[in-house]
Amino acid sequence: MTLTPRDMTLFLAVLGLIAATGFLQSWNVALGILNMGLVSAIMALGVNMQWGYAGLFNIGVMGFLALGGLSTVIISKPPVVEAWDAGGPRVIFALLVGSAAIVAAILAWKRMPAGKARAPALVAILVVGFFVYRWLFDPAVAAIEAVSPARAGNLGGLGLPILIAWPVGALLAAGAAWVVGKTALGLRSDYLAIATLGISEIIIAVLKNEDWLSRGVKNVSGIPRPVPYEIDLQNSERFVERVSGFGFDPVTASTITVKLAYAGLFLAVLLLLLWLAQAALNSPWGRMMRAIRDNEVAAEAMGKDVTARHLQVFILGSAVCGLAGAMMTTLDGQLTPASYQPLRFTFLIWVMVIVGGSGNNFGAVLGGMLIWYLWVMVEPLGVTLIGGITAGMPDGFWLKKHLLETAAHMRLLTMGLILLLVLRFSPRGLIPER
Amino acid sequence: MSDPFLIGDSLSGGYGRGVDILHSCTISVNKGEIAVIVGPNGAGKSTAMKAVFGMLDLHEGSVMLGGEDISHLSPQDRVAKGMAFVPQNSNTFTSLTVEENLEMGAFLRRDDISGTIAQVYELFPVLKEKRRQTAGELSGGQRQQVAVGRALMTRPRVLMLDEPTAGVSPVVMDELFDRIIEVARSGISILMVEQNARQALEIADRGYVMVQGRNAFTDTGEALLADPQVRRSFLGG
Amino acid sequence: MDLSRQEHGLDLLNAIVAFANFVMLPAVAYGSQLALGALGVTMIYGILRFSNFAHGDTMAFGAMATILGTWWLQAIGVSLGPFPTALLALPAGIAATAVLVLLTDRLVYRFYREQKSAPVILVIVSMGVMFVTNGLVRFIIGVDEQRFADGARFIITAREFKELTGLKEGLAVKSTAMLTVVVAIIVVALLFWFLNRTRTGKSMRAFSDNEDLALLSGINPERVVMITWIIVAALATVAGVLYGLDKSFKPFNYFQLLLPIFASAIVGGLGNPIGAIAGGFVIAFSEVTITYAFKKVAGYLIPAWEPQGLVQLLSTDYKFAVSFAILIVVLLFRPTGLFRGKAL
Repeated sequence: MTLTPRDMTLFLAVLGLIAATGFLQSWNVALGILNMGLVSAIMALGVNMQWGYAGLFNIGVMGFLALGGLSTVIISKPPVVEAWDAGGPRVIFALLVGSAAIVAAILAWKRMPAGKARAPALVAILVVGFFVYRWLFDPAVAAIEAVSPARAGNLGGLGLPILIAWPVGALLAAGAAWVVGKTALGLRSDYLAIATLGISEIIIAVLKNEDWLSRGVKNVSGIPRPVPYEIDLQNSERFVERVSGFGFDPVTASTITVKLAYAGLFLAVLLLLLWLAQAALNSPWGRMMRAIRDNEVAAEAMGKDVTARHLQVFILGSAVCGLAGAMMTTLDGQLTPASYQPLRFTFLIWVMVIVGGSGNNFGAVLGGMLIWYLWVMVEPLGVTLIGGITAGMPDGFWLKKHLLETAAHMRLLTMGLILLLVLRFSPRGLIPER
Repeated sequence: MSDPFLIGDSLSGGYGRGVDILHSCTISVNKGEIAVIVGPNGAGKSTAMKAVFGMLDLHEGSVMLGGEDISHLSPQDRVAKGMAFVPQNSNTFTSLTVEENLEMGAFLRRDDISGTIAQVYELFPVLKEKRRQTAGELSGGQRQQVAVGRALMTRPRVLMLDEPTAGVSPVVMDELFDRIIEVARSGISILMVEQNARQALEIADRGYVMVQGRNAFTDTGEALLADPQVRRSFLGG
Repeated sequence: MDLSRQEHGLDLLNAIVAFANFVMLPAVAYGSQLALGALGVTMIYGILRFSNFAHGDTMAFGAMATILGTWWLQAIGVSLGPFPTALLALPAGIAATAVLVLLTDRLVYRFYREQKSAPVILVIVSMGVMFVTNGLVRFIIGVDEQRFADGARFIITAREFKELTGLKEGLAVKSTAMLTVVVAIIVVALLFWFLNRTRTGKSMRAFSDNEDLALLSGINPERVVMITWIIVAALATVAGVLYGLDKSFKPFNYFQLLLPIFASAIVGGLGNPIGAIAGGFVIAFSEVTITYAFKKVAGYLIPAWEPQGLVQLLSTDYKFAVSFAILIVVLLFRPTGLFRGKAL
């Protein structure tokens, strides 16, 4: 597929909007929007694989993003040696025992003949497994979390380069997707939706509460970067010399350089994914996917294993979301479990996909960038708008005060309206599927 | 002979913008009589009846009920005009009780419906016994009785039945046909599509043999049963 | 009687009282709230045939409208004595919510109904409605926690109970919990009376059962849909207000109720009202029991055993995991739910 002139214009228009922010406000803001826009575009690509290619309804995007975020901690943070000594192996062993109990329960259910013994056996395995797990797990966690809780209180990570965390984030998300997909695919589409919503809430609950892993609400900050630090650039004589030569202020130049470096990295990943996604979509596999989406019954009659194909694409899409989640946390430089909100990290991504054009990868990318831009800009615009409306009202008037206070909430309303209007009047989105 | 009570005159049409399924097909029934449409699978029997009921997009022909042109009415409006339709499948509210099914049949009526319910119970005594059970719990034949009973609740002038004996045993079929004759005797015209051509033609005042969306033979039931060509081609000798 | 045995008998009583106080009562109240929420979801599913993701925010809107009414009543000095003033404002809250959902149906959902869109499209549309409703609520009342419960706090306090019975454990019956149960029983009774005894209610069941046949019987689909929305608005508002009275009102909490509510509706069987109620209580009891710290109860039952931990199966932060696990088990073993809904 090639882009039509109209599509190119749309892309240029979005870039133009961002550039205008650069000219009118600051390039720091503009590049900030661009970077998060690129990450959002990758998230939208992932959701588009599931919804656009296969018609799968995943509203647990937030959970997969958070798993990606977790991978940055696990991979790149240096290990907390005392914590490992205090209980590291025991926690890992406990988790293994817990998983083994679940696997044993599944095997028991599958292998044992259906009869009176089966259900009690299943329950017994799970109950015994649970108590053994807790017996192993609780003291180890207490020991780990007691190790300098203000500074660490967790196991830390492996101390590897941060870029490794990106594919690992994808793997973590893929694993979670496998579990969800195995149970909920093949049932009604709404059930998958509820199951994904559930798993994402649970993942967030784990991140918020398992301090030994993610420090919970104490956040993990100082996640290593794949790009230089501003302060290092400012201290580097060569850098200062070069930017001064162009007539730039070294401080501003350093922040912009860092953001540009991120933009380059993100763009490279995005282009690679886009290329892969396009190749997949236009391959026999992609055609089959769409055939299944358009008529499941017919595809099944032709001997396609619909559930297996769905599982495949569900895992792939979730992996892309996990990758994007890792990239986002890398960009933020810290993991803030409490900041994961479903409206922002699940439903907004859906708005991106639908506005961009479900089924079209370029559409998803465009939607990701555009909606992110709007998400950032609607709030100040809303405040300005309300400011204008209330200008005529006397100061201290309750309505004026209330409107000014709540202007920030305009963005949810706006996003909802955009979604509803697009669904109603242009259901195929800005760049429709071809 | 005066004009028939209900007539679908030279109907041509199909579903949506698809190809025509009916080709200048004419179906009619007189007051208090039984008309039966028979024919091989895929001949358009059910389609012809649905066309009369307004569930098809016609581009030719007209439907007259009691001298009134109803070609442009929706099925719901035709119900209000006194036509009742019993579909072949899912023709009862399975989660509602038998009595509630009958009440829903009379949904458009604002007067006292207890008399009509009593009449239905008189016609199908088993329904009275089971009136507090849900329709889903009944046997196939009993469910057909609920379906016919529901349709009768509007006190229709024409009752249309799409294969009412599909999937019921021969004994139940005979029983059902007896009831249908009773209904016709009370002055209600019956238009019915049937797979069991021979038995159906036996009770028919008028029979239509359809082939490929067209009228192949039209005569009294008796005459069709006696017609050697009809016997050979459609009644198995 | 032997003194130690008597002691032990009291311990058993104490254990039962502690269990009732910390598990039974909260679970019954929470279960009633979930049941009312799940009834709304299941009604929409039965009649309009889609999963309404905006339902949590409809509850928030209804609660908000009622709170605004309550504040106004409080400001002009009206009160219901021992009962919360919110009860007086409830009809107005229901009316406001009914206007909102009917408007939404007219402006948004009806178009897709006429197009005969796939259910999943309607689900996505409901996502858009969720955004807008959520935004509206935040816009009008903000994101902060609001308290609007007044009247008597307790029917019987823990201290009164202890003095009355001489037990070590107290049983505190919160008036809001009691109110929740009573109101829920009244609402459910009314709903079932309406669905099973009135012509309109029966026509709604008929429409949910077999849409085509309902049309053939002359049942007006738009009227059925309208009445459904009004009932759903009432259910959502009552559920939202009771939840808000019992706990507190915070818009985001209502969004988070979506998961247990849907779990209740699915566990009971989507489209089946009795199932929704049963599902609500199954989820609520499991959630409260599994996240309750049984240390106290265990202490009374087995005095010799002094547990080190809280004797808690899962921390309360994982209550979602409970709804989720039950949901998954039901989906795996009985996808149509306990009471066989319309699934598949």
